[in-house]
Amino acid sequence: MNMSFSTSDSPSTDDAVEPDECPSPDIGGKIEAENKECVLVEAINMALHYEMARDDSVVVLGEDVATNGGVFRATLDLKQTFGAARVLDTPLAEGLIGGISIGMATQGLKPVTEIQFMGFMFAALEQLMCHAARMRNRTRGRLSCPMVVRMPFGGGIHAPEHHSESTEALLAHTPGLRVVIPSSPIRAYGLLLAAIRDPDPVIFLEPKRIYRAQAQRVYNDGQALPLDTCFTLREGKDITLVSWGALISECTQVADQMLEQGIAVELIDVATVSPLDMATILESVAKTGRCVIAHEAPKTGGIGGEIAAQLAEHALLDLKAPVLRVAGYDTVMPYAKKEALYLPSTAQISSAIQQVLNFA
Amino acid sequence: MRGRQQFSIHFLQYLDPEGNLDLPLPEWTSDGPLLLSIYQNMVLARLLDQKAVALQRTGQMGTYPSILGQEAISVCTGLAMAKNDVLVPYYRDAPAQMIRGMSAAELFMYWGGDERGGNLNTASRDLPICVPIATQLTQAAGVATALKIKDEDSVVVTSCGDGATSKGDFMEALNLAGVWDLPIVFVINNNRWAISVPLAQQTRAPTLAQKAIAAGIEGIQVDGNDPIAVYEVISKAIERAREHKTPTLIEALSYRLSDHTTADDASRYRDADELKAHWQEEPIHRFQQFLHQQGLWDREQEKALQSHCQQTIDQAVEQYLAAEEEPATAIIDYLHAFLPYSLEGQRSAIQHKDASVNTEGESR
Repeated sequence: MNMSFSTSDSPSTDDAVEPDECPSPDIGGKIEAENKECVLVEAINMALHYEMARDDSVVVLGEDVATNGGVFRATLDLKQTFGAARVLDTPLAEGLIGGISIGMATQGLKPVTEIQFMGFMFAALEQLMCHAARMRNRTRGRLSCPMVVRMPFGGGIHAPEHHSESTEALLAHTPGLRVVIPSSPIRAYGLLLAAIRDPDPVIFLEPKRIYRAQAQRVYNDGQALPLDTCFTLREGKDITLVSWGALISECTQVADQMLEQGIAVELIDVATVSPLDMATILESVAKTGRCVIAHEAPKTGGIGGEIAAQLAEHALLDLKAPVLRVAGYDTVMPYAKKEALYLPSTAQISSAIQQVLNFA
Repeated sequence: MRGRQQFSIHFLQYLDPEGNLDLPLPEWTSDGPLLLSIYQNMVLARLLDQKAVALQRTGQMGTYPSILGQEAISVCTGLAMAKNDVLVPYYRDAPAQMIRGMSAAELFMYWGGDERGGNLNTASRDLPICVPIATQLTQAAGVATALKIKDEDSVVVTSCGDGATSKGDFMEALNLAGVWDLPIVFVINNNRWAISVPLAQQTRAPTLAQKAIAAGIEGIQVDGNDPIAVYEVISKAIERAREHKTPTLIEALSYRLSDHTTADDASRYRDADELKAHWQEEPIHRFQQFLHQQGLWDREQEKALQSHCQQTIDQAVEQYLAAEEEPATAIIDYLHAFLPYSLEGQRSAIQHKDASVNTEGESR
């Protein structure tokens, strides 16, 4: 872990270790470590450049990723730098993209695949759920799928239908798939490196609403951040606020507002929504006794429900109030005009926190 | 791109159902041991298939998809491939898998409900069989892409049934093989039935091979019960894939003489006369006749082969039935390379559950 990160981006636990597959890389001077102000999508691009230079087995594929550099420009200049053999524009077929990624991964490559929008992943789900998640188990460890599937997800950019959903729970419910969601440029860089170096399939969901929201100084030093670990972004004694993805922005604003009122919110970015690091959340709730979970995905069957259930199982006596969830509604993601109505707001999060704090 | 184009689909057959020659033999048939190997592997495949069905019928194995009558396609696939090539099979391709190193005990294990049957230790790069229809085809295209990126000399052979050609995955894989010039051979075992649905209800196309035309790749139809034609077509396609990175689609016409699986009863939907007629075309009798005519095979050899196969199968059954059970935690230990800490509790729970339901649990 890079100790020069601001504390707000350090993993919450001291014993958090990087995956075994992430030695301090020797990149043979191919990339000079630099630090630069960049937004989330640029951090992704930087991580891809770094890892493709470091590891010849990394290949990038998807629709419009090569010549065009991706519709969000996440794969910009990769083809120019690493050549058409390692940066592949595929035909327009997500099921195919899922299948070829698996085939490549079983033969020693590390595909980093882009599904252009999460709303188009469904044709690829059979491959991801039935095969990527199972290949290691099915072959008793003989073959594996070290692949990353990147997908922009979530609402808030006034896009057409099927471009704004948050269906991470569908993926998280599949044993064998890791589901990772960054919420800042620094975490996007470090978590994507970790995802590529992980020996198993990782679904990497990119909150496109904050692709260009905030610039952060990111050290391009090839240091991965740990997977399967929550990040405690802010410490506080009064209430635990758990979230992930783009909504971390709203949660941070709320935490700021609360602090002005003398309420210290402990803000946890789950980051890896499956497998879930409950230890960090339980430790926090043991301290605060109160918890609000905020996510953009529909409330019912969402990952917030799983966190709440585990709090009920393991922290009942720590809790001073019911756990509340602030989530998307159980309805179809509205089109652009009404999407703000759907997305959880700072007001909703504040109100939930007040409710939990005011509980006798 | 403009204009009307004409296409035709070539059909290849050397041996008619009686084992008589329609065409002059291809050169490779002067390799007597290869001809005998095709025959011996087909006979082993049939006897093994019978044993697998018998194991299921006697409650010693789970549901099993028989390959009865389609042995030539799978055997010739296995024999035509080089060791370093990669097989991406569907679930009716055990003979090819066995030629490439899978043991008969592993076959029984897989269908007996034991994941270790998918390990295939001796065929290190081959994919295991694929249960969802046609999804192996795009994976095979990915394997071929990897071989090409790594500049390897190897090729991929992948297989499917006729029903699979109705799925998008099939067309997507063919399409990619064309666009990316992949070193891959697609083999369709057209056994005419997808469980209860006959080919006429899968497609209006008069051949499945012609689906290659839309992808801009080579397509050929072959008598799948004629081992000479099948071996000729597959080995030529493999050679083209290796030399020129050119994909081929092969439609091998055969017939499913069995039920779909042991869980199926084909008499509910299939005419008995049709079945009877197709028994006249099955590959083993046909090839045996041919070998007799060529003076390459006699009764003594047949007797020795039958007894050798029986011995091999008996040993496999013994090995399968005697296999030590995997530890209970195997059900979670291969999920990830490293068990996430959040699953440690569930792993212990599995151990405890095993201990409580099995008196020997503690000692295992």
